[in-house]
Amino acid sequence: MLEIKNLHVKLEEEEKQILKGVDLTVEAGKVHAIMGPNGSGKSTLSYVLSGRDGYEVTEGSATLEGEDLLEMEPEERAAAGVFLAFQYPVEIPGVGNMTFLRTAVNAQRKARGEDELSAADFLKEVRAKAKSLKIDADMLKRPVNVGFSGGEKKRNEILQMAMLEPKMCILDETDSGLDVDAMKLVAEGVNALRDEGRGFLVITHYQRLLDHIKPDVVHIMADGRIVKTGGPELALEVENNGYADILAEVN
Amino acid sequence: MAALDQTQVKEGVDQETVDAVREVSTYKYGWDTDIEMEYAPKGVNPDIVRLISDKNEEPEWMTEWRLAAFERWTKMDEPNWAMVHYPKIDFQDQYYYARPKSMEEKPKSLDEVDPKLLATYEKLGIPLKEQMILAGVEGAEDMPAEGRKVAVDAVFDSVSVGTTFQDELAKHGVIFCSISEAIREHPELVKKYLGTVVPVSDNFYATLNSAVFSDGSFVYIPPGVRCPMELSTYFRINAENTGQFERTLIIADKGSYVSYLEGCTAPQRDTAQLHAAVVEIIIEEDAEVKYSTVQNWFPGDENGKGGIYNFVTKRADCRGDRSKVMWTQVETGSAVTWKYPSCILRGDESQGEFYSIAITNNMQQADTGTKMVHLGKNTKSRIVSKGISAGKAQNTYRGLVSMHPKAKDSRNYTQCDSLLIGDKCGAHTVPYIEVRNNSSRVEHEATTSKVDDDQLFYCRQRGMDEEEAVALVVNGFCKDVLQALPMEFAMEAQQLVAISLEGSVG
Ligand SMILES: Nc1ncnc2c1ncn2[C@@H]1O[C@H](COP(=O)(O)OP(=O)(O)O)[C@@H](O)[C@H]1O
Ligand SMILES: [Mg+2]
Repeated sequence: MLEIKNLHVKLEEEEKQILKGVDLTVEAGKVHAIMGPNGSGKSTLSYVLSGRDGYEVTEGSATLEGEDLLEMEPEERAAAGVFLAFQYPVEIPGVGNMTFLRTAVNAQRKARGEDELSAADFLKEVRAKAKSLKIDADMLKRPVNVGFSGGEKKRNEILQMAMLEPKMCILDETDSGLDVDAMKLVAEGVNALRDEGRGFLVITHYQRLLDHIKPDVVHIMADGRIVKTGGPELALEVENNGYADILAEVN
Repeated sequence: MAALDQTQVKEGVDQETVDAVREVSTYKYGWDTDIEMEYAPKGVNPDIVRLISDKNEEPEWMTEWRLAAFERWTKMDEPNWAMVHYPKIDFQDQYYYARPKSMEEKPKSLDEVDPKLLATYEKLGIPLKEQMILAGVEGAEDMPAEGRKVAVDAVFDSVSVGTTFQDELAKHGVIFCSISEAIREHPELVKKYLGTVVPVSDNFYATLNSAVFSDGSFVYIPPGVRCPMELSTYFRINAENTGQFERTLIIADKGSYVSYLEGCTAPQRDTAQLHAAVVEIIIEEDAEVKYSTVQNWFPGDENGKGGIYNFVTKRADCRGDRSKVMWTQVETGSAVTWKYPSCILRGDESQGEFYSIAITNNMQQADTGTKMVHLGKNTKSRIVSKGISAGKAQNTYRGLVSMHPKAKDSRNYTQCDSLLIGDKCGAHTVPYIEVRNNSSRVEHEATTSKVDDDQLFYCRQRGMDEEEAVALVVNGFCKDVLQALPMEFAMEAQQLVAISLEGSVG
């Protein structure tokens, strides 16, 4: 589904190389986790895949179902099925959460040549999905992420993901700053979306989340590269011993 | 002969420009309607003033009133203090009167109505039943109306072409008609109130308007009456090189209430057109008036060619105690906007509110704001202004808050937010504050921000294209003002925000 080959990325504004040859393939129906120390380039990878400004790809490629992602505008990538749950969800004052969701859903449907969802169908769907994430009516009305607690922001990201039904879900530290209950809700939300046709790339620091979202593959990223790949046991190793041993081993 | 050749060449060039502009521009209301028009000769002089008065079948006192205004106007200079720049207007190179020929005889059925006139209304989004009434079809008034009722007065170039629901309103004692009709049918009311809020000598454009106003709307709400429906006027400048000078007079008698909407559109022209309206509102004791405007005159093209020069004087006089006025305006169009809807808070405990969204894109210039003049005790005013600039546009908020010595214990709150899109545009805030007693309070808050890249990326990651994302963020920025609009207008205004910002990013 998602194929990243030898991806090299530097900052557009300065001569700083951040990704130094990332190779990664996420198959449909699989959950891949990426772990790694702060500053290793995990968020950068998620931004480059989703098309944020400020980065320059100097080498390598990234495709979704064979389509070149790097050539597309961010909204085209979204319509093609790339979803990023932001590490720091953005506040949009004055724009109701529901309005935002509906605009997004319909924009993607339009881009794919589908009919817009009727107001009634949309409402029905959003209410059902919000309920399972314990998002109440009030939170749906409030402006996007404004005054939301950390947990509310992250649950809101998962609600958007559930409504948009993307093919490739990238979650950037969705677990950080969450208490145990909120993390369970988020994990349930993700698990509910697990599907044969959908791939996941879950960026996290902690084994905790992976207790709830069982990954198929775990990668360790350090200094702009995937340095080690293994099964779920690799996450446990990090949990118990930290990164030091692994990094020492690959160096 | 040489002159004729030149004219032809010029016309050819102009046509090309017009076509080119039409192709590139996104102005939604930029069609013009090819209707047979009747014009007065170009220019303004006492004869033209008399002709307009005559066309409207006005009594002598009105003609004299106009002529006196014209006399004054010839001695006045155009103001130049606003932060707007435009080529000098040749006031003699304009038509001051134009009206559709079909007005001369009213049609009997929809088939007889000039189809182009109907199409115009359809494009303006006026419902069919109202279209029929406006086109003057006999009996249309008795048809059942679907949904919520809005009475409409449509002003097409210089004349009001029809007013709907007059009979139903009359049952409540409400008078809603064109001002020319009011001058003929209700001279006592017009004489009593016209020019009492905006005096003939008020300012250059208002004085010109007093001399040559061709039509406009008149509203009278009798004591204790809550107007049973929204009243609205659609202004449409259609004819080329024609100035539009409409005059609106609204009187809310003691304890009454009315909500009034004003919508404006004009076709695309590569020559600038002049619009100089005057709106006067009189609000007696315990009465309340809401006046909402969605102004979408043609803003000119990306290079600043054409567009409407909009010089408008709007003022509400809260004469009675506890009277209340609320101005809400969404200004997306016009090449140049010069407009300061004002509140004279004369009655004790009277209240004035001003909610404004002014969007300027490309080469547009807006100098707009309000004046809150506190004269009575315990008066309150609130100003919420949202200015959005994109392209190379300049947007100025100019506001006066004045607390007179007798306006004890009065309060004003002003919030003035500017949003910039791109780095070639400008936003300016020019507050004038005068407090001449020591028990009143004035608060002023101002912010300037840029559309945030992170916000746009967030929206785009969710599937919106850049323009949609900007429109969404800007609509969020304007929410406090959009909420102050009546429902139907709020929807239209939101779409306008999106349309007027097209091409502002990327
Ligand atoms: N826009 C930027 N400007 C400057 N430095 C950046 C920028 N984006 C990322 N970096 C740097 O790139 C490195 C990788 O960052 P990031 O991708 O956020 O890592 P992670 O998510 O793994 O913690 C860090 O050293 C960070 O400071
Ligand atoms: Mg990160």
